[in-house]
Amino acid sequence: MNTYVKFGILTVAILGTLGWLAAGGISETKTYYKTLAELEQLGDQARDKRLRVGGDVEQGSIERNGKDVSFMLTAEGKRLKVVYTGTDPLPDTFRDGAQALADGRLGPDGVFQASRIQAKCASKYEAKPGGKYDKLPVQEKPADKAAL
Amino acid sequence: MENIGALSLLLAFCFSIYSVAASLVGKWKRKPFLVLSAERAVYAIWALVSVASGILVYALLTGDFRLAYVAAHSNKAMPNVYKFSAWWGGQEGSLLFWSFLLASYAAIVVWTNRKKFRDMMPYVVSVLMVTQAFFLMLITFIVPPFQVLAVGKGITDVGDGNGLNPLLQYWTMAIHPPMLYLGYVGFVVPFAFAFASLVTRQPGEAWIHETRRWTIITWAFQSSGILLGAGWAYAVLGWGGYWGWDPVENASLLPWITATAFLHSVMMQEKKGMMKVWNMVLISSTFFLCIFGTFLTRSGVLSSVHAFATSPIGNYFVAFLAAGIALTVYLILDRLDYLKSEAHLESVVSRESAFLFNNLILLASCFAVLWGTMFPLISEAVTGEKISVDAPFFNRVNVPIGLFLLFLTGVGPLIAWRRSSVESLKRAFLAPSIAGLALIVLLAVLGVRHPYALISFGLCLFVTVTVAMEFWKGARQIAAKSGQNLAAAMVELTHRNTRRYGGYLVHMGIVLMFIGFTGAAFNKDATLEVAPGQMFRLGAYEMKVTDLIKGQNDNYQWAYSHVEIFQNGSQIGVLKPERRMYLSPPQPTSEVAIRRRLNEDLYLNFANVTEDGKVVLQAYIFPLVSWIWIGYWVLLIGTLICLAPSKQKLSYARTQVVGITKKHATVES
Repeated sequence: MNTYVKFGILTVAILGTLGWLAAGGISETKTYYKTLAELEQLGDQARDKRLRVGGDVEQGSIERNGKDVSFMLTAEGKRLKVVYTGTDPLPDTFRDGAQALADGRLGPDGVFQASRIQAKCASKYEAKPGGKYDKLPVQEKPADKAAL
Repeated sequence: MENIGALSLLLAFCFSIYSVAASLVGKWKRKPFLVLSAERAVYAIWALVSVASGILVYALLTGDFRLAYVAAHSNKAMPNVYKFSAWWGGQEGSLLFWSFLLASYAAIVVWTNRKKFRDMMPYVVSVLMVTQAFFLMLITFIVPPFQVLAVGKGITDVGDGNGLNPLLQYWTMAIHPPMLYLGYVGFVVPFAFAFASLVTRQPGEAWIHETRRWTIITWAFQSSGILLGAGWAYAVLGWGGYWGWDPVENASLLPWITATAFLHSVMMQEKKGMMKVWNMVLISSTFFLCIFGTFLTRSGVLSSVHAFATSPIGNYFVAFLAAGIALTVYLILDRLDYLKSEAHLESVVSRESAFLFNNLILLASCFAVLWGTMFPLISEAVTGEKISVDAPFFNRVNVPIGLFLLFLTGVGPLIAWRRSSVESLKRAFLAPSIAGLALIVLLAVLGVRHPYALISFGLCLFVTVTVAMEFWKGARQIAAKSGQNLAAAMVELTHRNTRRYGGYLVHMGIVLMFIGFTGAAFNKDATLEVAPGQMFRLGAYEMKVTDLIKGQNDNYQWAYSHVEIFQNGSQIGVLKPERRMYLSPPQPTSEVAIRRRLNEDLYLNFANVTEDGKVVLQAYIFPLVSWIWIGYWVLLIGTLICLAPSKQKLSYARTQVVGITKKHATVES
């Protein structure tokens, strides 16, 4: 048999195996990004899927109960109760007012059971005109880009 | 001051445009003085960008909070080293840093090649300067680092800045971005030479010889950057992981994968004249993935734990990438005749084939990582739903790929070029195979059941034995001839062919890292609420929280718990996991305490204090994780040995192949 044919067969076999693994990996771990509004519309459908929802952590809503942490996620006027039951420690950036992404499933009681939380404190990392220098002594209007 | 900085950047931008134009016109119209002036412009750009960088660093160090960048990324309480590292802590500064590194690299390239490659250099300079112009355009017009806050027009006074994200106030984080950037930027140079040799249809492989060192050094920087990032994540983020398949991490891994593939496949071109098109594709991919990586980290198109906001620079990167890729693809297709292979694959069981599979597998891994990283964008474009994939996806694909690569690491260097006989295979691989299989059986008997872990340990020993045999065989011959002892003979052996034996050491570094990665299959963890005085247990350790101590300094408030560690009834140490509350920005961080040992790390994270005064501790045991860092040092030493000149000038007798032009087949000296 021609060397190139042999090589081709091996290549197809390897790539096929990897493709099969990849396809399995995708269907097992795929997570749907949903906004809180979309989540409400989904209704019962929402329970079958792994979901990722994002929003702000409501001020003063973080409650620690033993190892579990619960909080309210808010976005565009909607609220969602989230309970984190994962094993990894919550990120240090997770606190009141932070932007958070919660991965998990929606429980039958309407509470979101999160297995993973990602968080960032939006205001501190990058410039957001009007939002960033609020802790600096500002006299009249906030510094907007045009004035810089 | 800031005006001088901004003006320097504007001038540098103009000079980079001039340099491109002068290079090309000088080349086409055969005006050497224009080419020379283009090269001098490269030095001028370096000087100008250095001035701008110097001004920004000075402003950061002296706390000139009138500047928006300084106010956003530093404050008074920060130690000087982090004030300095705030240079690359934010978007504007990091793009300036990119530009500075590129300017420095370009100046070095122009200087070291001032008497060489006269026909090729105008194009090399053009490629470098087009890239430079792109970055200078970004920092001159789109995200300028020298913006001044409107003091007097709304803000009266800026007393102090926002400070650097405290998670980044850690020593590896001060040098992780520069390392990664030195790697990212460095691949511009081999790409520029490849591109230039393609344009000018250079005979032979001059560009590969010329850029081999660049590629290796850049690769070393990139490996260092990736490993430092992993080390940072492990020691700082508090969950004990060193790799989370985060988009930004993936972005740094992608060019590393293609660069690794390139480092291997250029050997095919050097020694056999094969895979020329492939090498062009690889080096171009590496370059564009570096730009793409910068784009991913800087544009915020994918949500990521790396906190970078969405910014206006994304579209510019997309345009630059699209134009660059289109031009490169056109050029490669147009010059396929020049890239014709000089030899053919003769057998599936050969070194050539091992190289091909190495490349195939690395590229498959690269593609899988890219696919997974971009999946939210792809799925949104195709189905309208944004879907992301998680770490398990990446692991499922990359663990088998990693193991197969490990196998090839053992096989590749020992298998013969062209074709291998059963006899020679037996001679080379019988002992290593027996050793590897024996280890698998032994571990299985001892109770290890994890299939991937068993295979991995077996392969690690397999590769180790092959490498050890290579050293031993070579050293024994030298020892017999010269009467040296075996250790001296091994040094001599390495010195005679640094690339080969340095390469073996790099492989050993990879093996050690795999041992560390495999340890993750046996991790243990527990989350506990412990009252002071109470004992708890994890694995072989008994721990007792004796005290909770609090305090404050200029930069943060802190609290740590004093944890005594016991093993078999006797105290073996004390760990002090700490929790800090930074004042600006107000953010808590965990300072984990790690007892690092070669067999396993004990890792304590102070998560919280409950209302009734109990300490919430997360305790982890990470077996073998130290071997990852040891493997990195071995890899680095191996890479440095590769860079050292060999004692004797080696002439690679290239296999003469019938049916090719004489010019291409001449032996390069």
